[in-house]
Amino acid sequence: MTVATPTVVTRAQVEDFLYLEASLLDDWKLKEWEALLTEDAAYYVPPNDHPEGDYRNTLFLVADDRERIRQRVIRVLDPNCHAESPRSRTRRMISNVRIIAVDGDLVTVAANFICYRYRRYERIREYVGAYRYILKWTGGFFRIKERRVLIDAHELGSLGSVSFIL
Amino acid sequence: MSARSYIIDDREKKTFLLDREVLVSEDILRKEMARIFGHCWIYVGHASELKKTGDFRSRKVAGRPVIFCRDQQGAFHCLFNTCRHRGAIVCTEREGNRRRFQCIYHGWTYGNDGRLVGVPGVDAYAEGFDKSGHGLRRPARFEDYRGFWFMCLDGRAPPLADYLAGAKDYIDLVLDQSPSGRMEIITGVQEYDVAANWKLMVENSVDDYHLPSTHSTWLNFMANSGVKIEPPKEEGLVLPTKGLAVELGNGHFTTDNVNFRGRPVAKWIPLYGEAAKPEIEEIRRELVARLGPERASRVADTNRNLVIFPNLVINDGSSVTVRTFYPEGVGKMHVTAWALGPAEEGENARARRLDAFLTFYGPGGFATPDDVEALELVQQGLANWSDDRWSEMSRGMGKEGEQLNSDEHHLRIFWRRWNELMGAPA
Repeated sequence: MTVATPTVVTRAQVEDFLYLEASLLDDWKLKEWEALLTEDAAYYVPPNDHPEGDYRNTLFLVADDRERIRQRVIRVLDPNCHAESPRSRTRRMISNVRIIAVDGDLVTVAANFICYRYRRYERIREYVGAYRYILKWTGGFFRIKERRVLIDAHELGSLGSVSFIL
Repeated sequence: MSARSYIIDDREKKTFLLDREVLVSEDILRKEMARIFGHCWIYVGHASELKKTGDFRSRKVAGRPVIFCRDQQGAFHCLFNTCRHRGAIVCTEREGNRRRFQCIYHGWTYGNDGRLVGVPGVDAYAEGFDKSGHGLRRPARFEDYRGFWFMCLDGRAPPLADYLAGAKDYIDLVLDQSPSGRMEIITGVQEYDVAANWKLMVENSVDDYHLPSTHSTWLNFMANSGVKIEPPKEEGLVLPTKGLAVELGNGHFTTDNVNFRGRPVAKWIPLYGEAAKPEIEEIRRELVARLGPERASRVADTNRNLVIFPNLVINDGSSVTVRTFYPEGVGKMHVTAWALGPAEEGENARARRLDAFLTFYGPGGFATPDDVEALELVQQGLANWSDDRWSEMSRGMGKEGEQLNSDEHHLRIFWRRWNELMGAPA
């Protein structure tokens, strides 16, 4: 089988893709966001005290396989997901995008982010950290095979929860 | 503050009301710190967090910075993390292994048993200066029950084992999940704040009345994952299976529920996947062989949310979580939660346990964020407390005999004990 490999992946291509993803998440277009995922995609938020841990032996905040992501989207779009109803307003700033490795059709990417989250009657919550992606080049565009969110805060503390897709 | 009751506990009219001032008053919080946190046994940590001599964890326990550590002989200590010289925090690392803790300010150095072992320029002190009298201070009492370590600031408190009373049986049910009776804290801690009074977390941790309304998305998820969620058949039930609220003495209590949500030890549900079936059956066989069929079923087919007064919760549900919390101001609490599993658990079983944990618990779980939301909405609503003074907690009072997990009997147990310790007339 021949695999379409990105002969040259540019940072600009990766940035465009990450900005697209960020806008879908901030706009709560989660069905459209799911379309960016591969069928074996995973979404991880490791614990603040062991960001390099393995979800199979370390308690994460989020460790979703593709099916769990599907269920998470169903949940957070449900008006009975009280933690996100009314929905948080979020705004992500993504920077320091770097291509770490290219291996066949897989591209490992690192980026920094700030995600501001607003809810009514609440002070702003600032989630700051690093994204790590494994992107898969399929038929001329990227899909997300793995997205890992490393939160810089020593403890979640006043950030409270990760009830939206960070 | 003159002695007055914070509850109206009318057994004739079968009503129980709570004065909402207890959830908003700074004066009451100060009194709680002295009368509740100053006298009760407070959870510090688990033996499995300190596997080797010299291991330590620094943390806050009820707002007090402490070092939970083992000395070179292997003995467990709980030391106030405050230099005897001028008061600085001595240990700044979260965890590690050390023989000595050295204060960065002037270099006073303590052994991992708390003894003062080094004072730079000690000859500048007068003759009578005695290093042995300047070891790190520690809470008056520090005892464990089967690996769960607690401190108590009151030297006259009863021994921990007496204090725990009936709660010991329910801790035993947790420990029986391990073939060797050893459960361990799993790496990865969840520490998060909730903008609500700490006592609301006590209520929430055992209140099964809220499940259908607060957690309908979790129930949907379970149904989507192939778990049967059938409407209750018996009168008064709000969940698919029956559960009771049980009083355990000294303000402790638990729910005791017939399981429908699966158990890593050892009740298979479709969520775990077909491939997990034989392994769960094997865990079950070991359980039956070790404990006999009756006790094995008690361990594996019921789930229990246990509250050890005032602020330790062991949720033995979809997974096992140890959760403690303390006030950081009247309208804010800090929560620390860990996952607990059998020390000898295999790789796949451990992964399954952690996955099951995340289906419900924690800041990214499918249920906890909605609990947090509920508690924060309560705290916001309480801004009207002075004109809307009483919370209603009478559910279940109208009947004799057993009390359901969805009644409010167990909440009343907490509040009666709290009221008593706060020096209020019943």
